[in-house]
Amino acid sequence: MHTLGERIVDFKNVNFSFGSGLAVENVSFSISKGEFVGMIGPNGSGKSTIVKLMLHLLNPDSGKIMLFGTDIQQFADWKKIGYVPQKATFFDQNFPATVFEVVSMGRFANAGLGKPLSQNDKEHVIDALRQVGMLEYAKRRIGDLSGGQQQRVFIARALATKPELLILDEPTVGVDSRIQHSFYQLLKKLNKAGITLILVSHDVGVVSRNVSKLLCVNRKVNVHDISNGISKADLTCAYYPEFEMVPHHH
Amino acid sequence: MIDILEYGFMQRALIAGMMIAVICSTIGLFLVLRRMSMLGDGLAHISFGGIAAGMFFGFYPVLSALIFSVLSALGIQKLRSMKVYGDAAIAIFFSFGLALGVVLVSMSNGFNSDLFSYLFGSILAVGVTDLIIIAGLGIGTMLILAIFYKELFFIAFDEECAKASGINVENINSVLVVLAAVAVVLSMKVVGILLVSSFMVIPASTALLLRSGFRNSIFLSIGIAVFSVIAGLTLSFYADIAAGGAVVTVLVSIFAMVLLYKKLGSK
Repeated sequence: MHTLGERIVDFKNVNFSFGSGLAVENVSFSISKGEFVGMIGPNGSGKSTIVKLMLHLLNPDSGKIMLFGTDIQQFADWKKIGYVPQKATFFDQNFPATVFEVVSMGRFANAGLGKPLSQNDKEHVIDALRQVGMLEYAKRRIGDLSGGQQQRVFIARALATKPELLILDEPTVGVDSRIQHSFYQLLKKLNKAGITLILVSHDVGVVSRNVSKLLCVNRKVNVHDISNGISKADLTCAYYPEFEMVPHHH
Repeated sequence: MIDILEYGFMQRALIAGMMIAVICSTIGLFLVLRRMSMLGDGLAHISFGGIAAGMFFGFYPVLSALIFSVLSALGIQKLRSMKVYGDAAIAIFFSFGLALGVVLVSMSNGFNSDLFSYLFGSILAVGVTDLIIIAGLGIGTMLILAIFYKELFFIAFDEECAKASGINVENINSVLVVLAAVAVVLSMKVVGILLVSSFMVIPASTALLLRSGFRNSIFLSIGIAVFSVIAGLTLSFYADIAAGGAVVTVLVSIFAMVLLYKKLGSK
């Protein structure tokens, strides 16, 4: 097990609604350094909304969110957070950008306004591409790659920032199942290297095999420590009442 | 080609045309990728209102057009942030500028011929003062583009991730539309209000057909625009046809040729 240290994400009684509908209700949880957290729940349960609140793309109606011990309203150190969005494989496939240019975006905040990427920044880009096994594709156009390859490029972009926290929203949607296995191996490797991970998914089986803590989301959030295995009770919170746990043998 | 360069007015036309080609084709790539191709056209029509107001009230028309164009660009941006669709926001300001222009023209009888030169452009009449204004504002525009290049690129690719990485997306978007407004006003004299957006949309769209990376697409866009200015002005000199129209015809011809080449190549 990891030695758990400082709190990286802290939600306290957070509420958020779109118009009249409450999307996130009284949510409290915390994530500590080095954890590999799975966030599961059915479609429309509020998973992506929680992620967007965490990234300050949305503002909570009430409650408090802390990132790395700082109130999110004052938090400015976004370089610490890498984000791979849900729609990563659904971007404009005709966009004129090479794989290298896309991953470079991960270093923009570090380079600063008006300055080109330094040699050091470029080395980080190359290193991130190497980590996801996409270095040989650096000069290819992003739109010419397969969905799985594109997803790895977006992970490389998030890794290039050298994040302490990596948030992945449904990263394997549209990705070939054969590639998914190596993808989760990569995530485990990153977690071992000290990166805190939040993996959002509706695929309970995959998540439960890989993570140490489970956040079950269904407008509210239930937290389950599953480092010693997962029980049906851990999951029914999110999928009640239809949920049937399917054993996976690998 | 040597004959052309012997004439001062052609030298000025070429310099002004090439500077505008560089500015508009660079901004244009960002606009086309953001699905804001019609912004240039909209701002040009708004500038028509500004030109008419300047002439009516006795200001320097380019200055009043610049003020109208920049304020409208920010207004369009504001409407977009208030969830009015981007194309509708452009159409609203577009209509207002044109309506204002028409009203002011109908209220006066004296400046219709001057107005005509802004509508269709008069690149061969570019004076030294015009050249200085174009160079000054043009260099400023390119410098600001260079400063925000990385952020503009990130936002064009993925606005949400750009925001999550800490970029102030609203402010950078405002910078882009203001630069577009300045570029439109600078281009009016050269290609005219009715053809301004061609410089923003056609080189960028042609570059996109060539399926390159981002930096290379910018260079391609600039190259196509600059070549079209040189070819169009040469054509207009020898064939004695309207310069603005000749330049835009070359732009469209290049687009059509690249499209055809791509179509044949993919079979």
